[in-house]
Amino acid sequence: MNHLPQAWGRPRDDVYGAYDPSHFQNAAPNQHTQSPIVTGTSVVAAKFKDGVVIAADNLASYGSLARFTDVKRLRKFNDEVVVGFGGDVSDMQYLDRLLNSLDIRENYSNTESSLNAKNLHTYLSKVMYKRRSDFNPLWNHLLIAGLDGDAKPFLASADLLGTTFSSPTLATGFGAHLAQPIMRRTIPDEAAVQNVSKDDAISLVKECMKVLFYRDARSMDKYSIAIITKAGVELTEDERLENQSWAFAESIRGYGTQVN
Amino acid sequence: MFRNNYDNDSVTFSPQGRIFQVEYASEAVKQGSVVVGIVSKTHAVLAAIKRNAEELSSYQKKIIPIDSHYGIALAGLASDARVLSNFMKQQSLASRLTYDRAIPLSEITLRIADRAQTNTQQYGKRPYGVGLLIAGVDSKGPHLFEFQPSGVTQEMVACGIGARSQMARTYLERHLDSFGGCGREELIKHALRALKESLSQDKELTVDNTSVGIGGIGENFALYEGQDIAEWLDATFENREGGDDEGGDAMETDS
Repeated sequence: MNHLPQAWGRPRDDVYGAYDPSHFQNAAPNQHTQSPIVTGTSVVAAKFKDGVVIAADNLASYGSLARFTDVKRLRKFNDEVVVGFGGDVSDMQYLDRLLNSLDIRENYSNTESSLNAKNLHTYLSKVMYKRRSDFNPLWNHLLIAGLDGDAKPFLASADLLGTTFSSPTLATGFGAHLAQPIMRRTIPDEAAVQNVSKDDAISLVKECMKVLFYRDARSMDKYSIAIITKAGVELTEDERLENQSWAFAESIRGYGTQVN
Repeated sequence: MFRNNYDNDSVTFSPQGRIFQVEYASEAVKQGSVVVGIVSKTHAVLAAIKRNAEELSSYQKKIIPIDSHYGIALAGLASDARVLSNFMKQQSLASRLTYDRAIPLSEITLRIADRAQTNTQQYGKRPYGVGLLIAGVDSKGPHLFEFQPSGVTQEMVACGIGARSQMARTYLERHLDSFGGCGREELIKHALRALKESLSQDKELTVDNTSVGIGGIGENFALYEGQDIAEWLDATFENREGGDDEGGDAMETDS
């Protein structure tokens, strides 16, 4: 019998022939993520005078295939912060576990103070920047929505490069091109936020979700929406787009098979 | 000098269930000059007596600002306090860097308490020989924490540690109810009076031997020494000389 540890649990050479060890080494070197695999599309968010509204659809695409249709991409962190994830879904799940452990660590010792949206945004942006500096980025674009230390509405983004910025309205992915201009019509700057009511903001974000569904081929009509105010987080995860009208599609020319 | 066989290290209990090394460390705190701390609803104040080894030497630092929102006052081995304060500075900075958050005072107190406790449970280590008062303001308002070499920490409304601090504590206990509503200047006066109580008869509070640290809501923690505290000392002394009830109290305690 061969007593060497490397032979343990292997087929016997005298019975099965010499063991083929080729699968122990890969021909290619180890690689970090070069592109996302299963992805979520846009996240849109807008501030209003008492809080923030944030929404994302429930679809996770595998390339152009609508692979998973019940993926929740908004994550409530505590009673004043919600994080929205665009991009790779497995990296989103990793960040979800990271936030879980952070939450447990925070609540283990001191019960009274917890991290606000600004704290969480700083933390997540450091995580993203660290990973991109390791040439191993988390392939996500995050929106962090909630209240800051003064209980004022807070909305900011962090992306896979560790870039951060803040604006009264934000959208990731396709939404950055399609939803952002629509939201800017109503909320052009920080001063305008004071004139926006909760209902205004909700209908604005819902309108954006509808436009995105019309135009973004990786989107879906089922979505999650969260409203963060001093009263807490109202998170609904099974909203559906209402009052769709595809009449505009008739007039689209230049795609598909039509001739004129 | 040896009290018994059970005081050679901090990992052995005496048959009475005591750890003598830890108790000796607490004695080191009582050798240090007195420091007091008080909190009101808006401010946290530290006041301390500084000692100089000889006439020609400088005074030993007693209050160390750690971060912009809090500071510590120490009684006992100053070198141990320096090690602890460096650790606290690092932790505070790390909190600002990763979370953009002023570290909660309860949190930083817990972290040094854990370090101190470890020293009482590992062979070859010795407990810290310093007691600290940690005072400042975080998102939940002003706080004062007391830290002991055993790793025990407590949140306090008012506290005094160090040599003859019992006198200061007696003063603080007597005025306990008034602290909550005190303004900044009033709180400083209380701290200075408490400090004065534990001073021996032949000694006075001067601009050279007194330190004051103040943190408040919307106000960074700041250390005041030298001529900066002259006005407060004068104001506090005036009351004493004026022969009002404050002066009367002092006389009673001394007799």
